[in-house]
Amino acid sequence: MTDVFWLIPFAPALSSVVLVLFGSKLSKKWVSLQACGAVFLSFVFALVAFLGSLKISPDNFPIVKTLFPWIGAGSFQAGFSFQFDPLSAVMVLVVTGVGFLIHLYSVGYMAHDTGYTRYFAYLNLFTFAMLILVLASNMVLMFVGWEGVGLCSYLLIGFWFEKPSAAAAGKKAFIVNRIGDMGFILGLLFIFVAIGSSEFSAINKAIGQGLFPQALATLIAILLFVGATGKSAQVPLYVWLPDAMEGPTPVSALIHAATMVTAGVYMVARLNLLFTFSGTAADIVALVGALTAVFAATMALTQNDIKRVLAYSTISQLGYMFIGCGVGAYAAGVFHLYTHAFFKSLLFLSAGSVIHALSGQQDMRKMGGLRKYLPRTFPPFLIGAIAISGIPFLSGFFSKDAILTEAFAQGRYFVWALGLAGAVMTAFYMFRLIFLTFYGEERIEPEAKHHLHESPKVMTVPLAILAVFSIIAGYIGLPAVLGEKADLFKRFLEPVIKPPAEGHIGAGTEWLLMLVSVAVAAVGISVAYLFYLKNPRIPHALVARLPWLYKLLYNKYFVDEIYGAVIVNPLVKGSDWVYGHFDLKVIDGALDGSAAAAGFFGKALSVLQTGFVKDYALVFLLGAVIFIGVLLF
Amino acid sequence: MNIPILSLITFLPLAGALLLIFLPKENKNLLYGIALSLAVVVFLVSLSLYFGFDAQADGPQFVEKTGWLGFGIQYHLGIDGISLFLVLLTTLLMPIALLSSWSYIQDRIKVYLIFMLILETGIIGVFISLNMFLFYVFWEATLIPMYFLIGIWGGKRRIYATMKFVLFTMLGSLLMLVAIFVLYHLYYKATGTYSLNIFDYYQMLLDPKLQTWLFLAFALAFAIKVPMFPFHTWLPDAHVEAPTAGSVILAAVLLKMGAYGFIRFALPLFPNAVETFLPVLSVLAIIGIIYGGLMALIQKDIKSLVAYSSVSHMGLIMLALFSLNVEGATGAIYQMLNHGLSTGMLFLVVGILYERSHTRLIKDFGGLSKQMPVFSAFFLVALLSSAGLPGLNGFVGEITCFFGIFAANKTFAILSVSTVILAAAYLLWMFERVMHGPITNEKILSYKDVNKREIVYLVPIVVLMFWMGLYPQPFLRKIEPSVARAIAGIKSATKVFVQKPESVPAKFKIPEGSAGIR
Repeated sequence: MTDVFWLIPFAPALSSVVLVLFGSKLSKKWVSLQACGAVFLSFVFALVAFLGSLKISPDNFPIVKTLFPWIGAGSFQAGFSFQFDPLSAVMVLVVTGVGFLIHLYSVGYMAHDTGYTRYFAYLNLFTFAMLILVLASNMVLMFVGWEGVGLCSYLLIGFWFEKPSAAAAGKKAFIVNRIGDMGFILGLLFIFVAIGSSEFSAINKAIGQGLFPQALATLIAILLFVGATGKSAQVPLYVWLPDAMEGPTPVSALIHAATMVTAGVYMVARLNLLFTFSGTAADIVALVGALTAVFAATMALTQNDIKRVLAYSTISQLGYMFIGCGVGAYAAGVFHLYTHAFFKSLLFLSAGSVIHALSGQQDMRKMGGLRKYLPRTFPPFLIGAIAISGIPFLSGFFSKDAILTEAFAQGRYFVWALGLAGAVMTAFYMFRLIFLTFYGEERIEPEAKHHLHESPKVMTVPLAILAVFSIIAGYIGLPAVLGEKADLFKRFLEPVIKPPAEGHIGAGTEWLLMLVSVAVAAVGISVAYLFYLKNPRIPHALVARLPWLYKLLYNKYFVDEIYGAVIVNPLVKGSDWVYGHFDLKVIDGALDGSAAAAGFFGKALSVLQTGFVKDYALVFLLGAVIFIGVLLF
Repeated sequence: MNIPILSLITFLPLAGALLLIFLPKENKNLLYGIALSLAVVVFLVSLSLYFGFDAQADGPQFVEKTGWLGFGIQYHLGIDGISLFLVLLTTLLMPIALLSSWSYIQDRIKVYLIFMLILETGIIGVFISLNMFLFYVFWEATLIPMYFLIGIWGGKRRIYATMKFVLFTMLGSLLMLVAIFVLYHLYYKATGTYSLNIFDYYQMLLDPKLQTWLFLAFALAFAIKVPMFPFHTWLPDAHVEAPTAGSVILAAVLLKMGAYGFIRFALPLFPNAVETFLPVLSVLAIIGIIYGGLMALIQKDIKSLVAYSSVSHMGLIMLALFSLNVEGATGAIYQMLNHGLSTGMLFLVVGILYERSHTRLIKDFGGLSKQMPVFSAFFLVALLSSAGLPGLNGFVGEITCFFGIFAANKTFAILSVSTVILAAAYLLWMFERVMHGPITNEKILSYKDVNKREIVYLVPIVVLMFWMGLYPQPFLRKIEPSVARAIAGIKSATKVFVQKPESVPAKFKIPEGSAGIR
């Protein structure tokens, strides 16, 4: 049954090719049917493979299928081959399952767009690339998916390319990701030269046999993590993700929340043996994750664009996943990846429904009181907000708590504290968003109000399904206090991810930690309630009191400006200067000068009108004569 | 009787050029019909080389060798896995280049086609000659048609550009000519027979001091052709002024003659000097990669941007070649083909734009994707291939090059990998300014999307890009064994000299100041 897993990626690929080549001849209905159908087919294959894999004994993972030898030159060999194990199973189910719902939603959201076919061609291509990424059995092929999703991200962020900001955002995303990719490539090269292969199974085996010196393992892991900070938008390479919101909202949900941006987390989890073996690298992962979680959350506090709040929230939540990986709780990191895929895509799609209802308005200052107009959008949105805030019994609570508990258990109190600080802000900015959008006075512009309408079923049904999963998805990973076998998710992943050996804490401590998490979330929500419903003057007073802080946060710490001034500008200006002064003056000057000095250039130029070529032919002939002359003697 | 395929593909274009002389110059259809169908026939015939080529066999194949014409001059042709694909690249791109000229070249069509066909003969000749005399004649012969192509059908500064192009190239090739004389002389002195056979020269063991001078002469000729930093400044000028087809052939094939010269002549003939100068050459290659990329970033003319991207890409190819291992050199050869396709196609694309707008300045465009969606797709594929996006051909070459470089020198590899950032930056920034954003220039609204003829010559390149990116085995399998033999030859020769003089076996002793026979 599991053998069918290698078929998972190909339906979307085929569909994408058909859309690119013959899209102009297909009806809108057919395009929708084909694009959604292809992803659904992948989902069915993924489900079959997953169910089959439940019966396979853990020792038989991963199942490898080599389609054909791909690159081969000397000792550099890479096959076009896939592998399947529990970790891949989780990923393909998320990608095709959530992916299918978002395809469906897009049918409604993009219905009036002139680029409808192009949109689905890109979205299908993305699904294919993402599936290659999570199924590849070696790092070279993984890189195909890694860059493939990057390309689709570029194309979809810049989908409305006539808009200069969208075009610039797409370019920025690609180039910033390439900086990370340099780390990925170098890490890959270090691995390959050290062990002569980039197959994941070979890497894990080599670590078992102690083929990597620890310093080398650390270097490799850090280089790869640089790649992860690009793709998964961590400090310092996160800057592209907020701008990526220029793309259509379902794209933000699929690519920039649920799937692509989690690729870095997936890679770290996939290579968990390497990161654990290094130790230092894992510590760096945890630290970067924790810093990002807090840093991004602070930026989310003041944004007025509904999608930007969610974008910073995504960066922050990805930070939590890295905290999980970094403290050794890889399974918890992946668990958060999985629950986050539901509630964050739910939040984005609900936001999309709001934007759709308001004819494209994204500014929360021009919303308010929407809950009575959007009765089918509001409840799912609220469920998503509760889930991400870490309120008990919804999915986000279980996964975030698993991460924080493990950080505490491993004695990483600083990381734990940062995570907690992030959590209070998360609850605050999410409910700030809810209150500003759905409660309070109506600030809707008259024109938008005139067209105000609830979204069609094809959009709200996916919302309902995602809302259900945002509630129940967490119950397969219950906390350890509820029993040794409560965490099914962790046990399922055990063939790939060994749980951390030490650092058990007592049941009492665990209950206490949970209580702290809940309290923190409650504080965040209460403050948001106080600020934005009860007494809306407080935030204004705060801004007046601390204008510099507000400015700093609102302008995102001026990081884009700093990067521009320190890196981009000097590079462009410096190159321009060198071009003018070195290339044109020194090199060409030397040429012109020496030629002139030899009296050749000027003379040749002057005879050119009459036919320099005659001269050249003469020289050539002369050369030949000399040649033969020398041959004779 | 065996059909002399190599002679056939080399001289069919020349015969076609002769035929064209006798045809009326007004009949565009007839002239193009003949030139184009000939170029296609040459391509189809050259395909038989691929199918007949035995990757495992040692030595050159499809050999044609006449008796001595005297003084060591010999009509001696043959190919190995390295030259095989360079020949195929040439024969593939020639009909494409001709087809792209149909509306671009408006005057003196007959002369134009004659020069293009002569150029093809010259280029193929360079890649298949195994006799130094023959090689040199073909090498120089490519210069003349190229000179006319830029000089007659070029842009405003064409005179300056051709001068620069010819001066640079001639400087190099004259020194090479002198070096060939010296080799010829030394061989005669050592053996008493005249030979210009490259395999005879491979057997020669030269005084290291002498090697230095000879190597520098050869290396300069080839480095200018590649072009390597700091000999690159002729390239942007030549490209900007050349007509589209000229740029395509120049970038895709002519530059490869330089890299080919290194692996066929400069590296195996002078192993000691190679040992000494490899670090210098490698550093120049790295400077070329980064410098070319940075210069490409700030160019205002699209063609000049692509030209500088060539400097950067060729730098990577040379660096991989200089790593002197199978992976690096195989990657380099493969990347030569990729660069030929991607840069060739970029020039075709820029040519399509120029035919509509009569400008190549980035600032004159903006928002073209809306007006020309199909064109936009082709442009994007060419660009992504050039940027080394996995799934397309450029990635396979690039990553193999990186691997070879890394295995030889980690610092070099770390520096060279920066090209993945630079290439994305200069290409995507250009694409953004040309294709995206709102349409600000009203003239753009009159531009037509690509027509059928343009699609016909772009599609084969796109197909190859995907093929070579997804299933490179049919290519790599034939390249690698030849490269492995070439590298082994260079390495084993180097080893002899690495030993101290007293430990060198007697038969390897080098006669003072002259040549020995290996």
